[in-house]
Amino acid sequence: MQAVTQATTEFVKQNWAPLVCGFVVVAVLPLIVGYVVLVERKIMADMQARLGPMRVGPHGLLQPIADAVKLLIKEDIIPDDADKLVFWLAPVLSVGAALLAMAGLAIGPAFQIAQGINIGILFVVGVSAMGIFGIVLGGWASNSHYSLIGALRSSAQLVSYETAAGMALVCGLLFAGTLNITSIVQAQYDQGIWFGLLAPVAFFVYLVASIAETNRAPFDLPEAESELVAGYMTEFSGFRWSLYFLAEYTNMIVVASVATTLFLGGWLRPFPRTHWLDFIDFLPPLLMVVIGVYCLIRVPKQPVRVQQLFMLAVAGMCFAVAVVLAAPMLGPLLKPSLASAMKPFFEGIHGGFWFIFKVGAYIYFFMWLRFTLPRYRFDQLMRLGWHFLIPLSIINVLLIGIAMIVGQYFDLTGPSLLLTTIPASVIALMIALFILAVEQKKEPQQQPGAATPDSYA
Amino acid sequence: MANNTIPDAGEKQQTLLGADELILNMGPQHPSTHGVLRVKLKLDGERVIGSECMIGYLHRGVEKIAEHRSYQQRSYQQFAPYVDRMDYVAAVSNGLGYCEAIEKLLMVEAPPRAKVIRTILTELQRIASHLLWLGTHALDIGALTPLFYCFREREEILKIFEKYCGARLTTHAFRIGGLQYEAYDTLEKDVERFCKAFEPRIKDYEDLLTQNRIWLGRTKGVGILTAAEAIALGATGPVLRASGVKWDIRKAMPYAAYDQYKFEIPTGKTGDTYDRYMVRMEEMRQSRLICLQAIENIPSGPIMARVGKVLKPPPGEVYHSIEAPKGELGYYVVSDGTVQPYRVRIRPPSFVNLQSFDKMARGGLVADVVAIIGTLDIVLGEVDR
Repeated sequence: MQAVTQATTEFVKQNWAPLVCGFVVVAVLPLIVGYVVLVERKIMADMQARLGPMRVGPHGLLQPIADAVKLLIKEDIIPDDADKLVFWLAPVLSVGAALLAMAGLAIGPAFQIAQGINIGILFVVGVSAMGIFGIVLGGWASNSHYSLIGALRSSAQLVSYETAAGMALVCGLLFAGTLNITSIVQAQYDQGIWFGLLAPVAFFVYLVASIAETNRAPFDLPEAESELVAGYMTEFSGFRWSLYFLAEYTNMIVVASVATTLFLGGWLRPFPRTHWLDFIDFLPPLLMVVIGVYCLIRVPKQPVRVQQLFMLAVAGMCFAVAVVLAAPMLGPLLKPSLASAMKPFFEGIHGGFWFIFKVGAYIYFFMWLRFTLPRYRFDQLMRLGWHFLIPLSIINVLLIGIAMIVGQYFDLTGPSLLLTTIPASVIALMIALFILAVEQKKEPQQQPGAATPDSYA
Repeated sequence: MANNTIPDAGEKQQTLLGADELILNMGPQHPSTHGVLRVKLKLDGERVIGSECMIGYLHRGVEKIAEHRSYQQRSYQQFAPYVDRMDYVAAVSNGLGYCEAIEKLLMVEAPPRAKVIRTILTELQRIASHLLWLGTHALDIGALTPLFYCFREREEILKIFEKYCGARLTTHAFRIGGLQYEAYDTLEKDVERFCKAFEPRIKDYEDLLTQNRIWLGRTKGVGILTAAEAIALGATGPVLRASGVKWDIRKAMPYAAYDQYKFEIPTGKTGDTYDRYMVRMEEMRQSRLICLQAIENIPSGPIMARVGKVLKPPPGEVYHSIEAPKGELGYYVVSDGTVQPYRVRIRPPSFVNLQSFDKMARGGLVADVVAIIGTLDIVLGEVDR
């Protein structure tokens, strides 16, 4: 017993930093997810010619907190016919997998919970894929037809698209030559180009597959609200439902982070090695100042005094962030001797900014698609996955590999590698489209009324 | 599972893997059954091998009420607001049909000014009804945004109704014999402004959907109803026209002021969900043109024919039907010469169109079912009455 206690103490002493980081992530993530939802609702409202949440706090800024409180104090309902243990376990499993995946991610060079984990990307992908158990078990345990169909759809969908996504990741990893997340970003710095530009087709495949994996529209069939009410979540309510919700949005952040790390240069600013573009470093603090000034202008327009104060606080926060972003740059300007001491701070803070910026852009794209596109039907979804994305990703890996060998033969590195990889990507795309056309020709036209085989029955 | 205790929908069929068929009970509380429709689906995996629509959750006995309104002995007028509650998203059209049926029975005719204003409001109502259909149909298929665009335009129409008669939804805009209210001063201007703004808006919806690959995949070849089947099942309105039958009561048996205006009857070819979508989109354009023609020249004169305070039609019967947004809306009224109708039988387009649901849904997937419910454009208030 004492040995165990001692070992634990020893472990905590050695790993206090990641433990604290992990605690922070678990504690703060629900809040972040809440605000991601608010941002989503605001963007949706903007695209749909309306205002979105406006009642709780100025411009609905306290809405996530109100929502969270509502969900927490709701009655906890377990259906009579449900499998109680599995019903309890499923959402926990789902959210656990999603949170665990966060451990492998690096938000800027300084902030990574599992520091220097050498199988980084593999860990993240593997662990986040486990979340599907939560969905399938939850759908099964609810003992409802809608849940069951939702769970089955989900499992079929995840299996199909995980393959394509994995193959797309392999493309990026070919360039990086490592699974370690820090090294992947470093490789993009060394080669002076984002891997997403080197392998655009792989990035595209990952983009589509990651939307399908996170069950977002237009691939949100497992929870298609107009067909299956809420799919696998139909019987869940209150806190359990919010766990699923948390898992879904955490998964979105995870796939966006993976894409950012591997394809969009991670925490590097655009053109990190082009020195005449160094003024880009001034953009983040400038952006925050602009937002802050905008909030300040809005202050007198708020109808209630509390809202004015709140707006003022938001403006103040923006300025504070701007100061934090600007400090490591302005310090050396005032005192050149500080330059070397400030460098890690600069990289950490600005790296974090750019990483979050890129992840945000990626998630914005998800939302944009959701509000624009109708939903796929199940057989169409499967056809897209198996007849197009999987062949495309496999051919793409092959051709990119060949392109790299050819590139080595001609001593091409960095951006000049585009000379071989872009033709390879184009050829891969053309072959995949050809396969798709052939498959469509082979397929017998669906007869109405005839029981044609199901994609997964 | 508990749901298996409900009886089979349709006859037994062989499933693909010889597995048990799954009975899925869709509704009456379901996001996309447009009210309180309940559909029992027999599924093989996700494929529909049988279906049964169960209706009646919104039954209020509208036809029986017609025989019993006797407050102050103004039964015929008393019943008029009730018809607004059938197809509550196209109340003006319902009212028009009823008023014209009773006018036929009384052998009076509404004055020309009333007829033109009736036509304008009814065509606006058709646009409003089709907008609501488009928004909810797109929402069922997963496109969230068109709903709000459609409601934005529908709101403009409802504002015109509100200015005209004070009500937005169940308007009770017309009276037997003409109009209760004179058109307000800027009616023409409001309608014209709406029509001008509406043209590019239709293009917006079409940009979002018409050429969208996912939309095409979800609607083309889904829920096919051939012309013969549509006629056999008694389908009317856009459902019939999309199957290629050029039948529109506005042209075939003109009522109100429709014989004065030029407009096309759009038809489809295959009778699938996409054709019905295209037909309704074109109908909105045509309705807009009718409105524009009508406001050009609104005749002056009285708005009410000479009808008594208490209506006592001579004994007899009449069937009058109009082209409501959803199809043929017919009123069969029997009078025994008293102040109350002896019988009012209503032929609601939604109820009849819904009968083709099973024909369309069989062989499709669960996702097609919601597309078909959407494309039939049913309103349960009208189905159940």
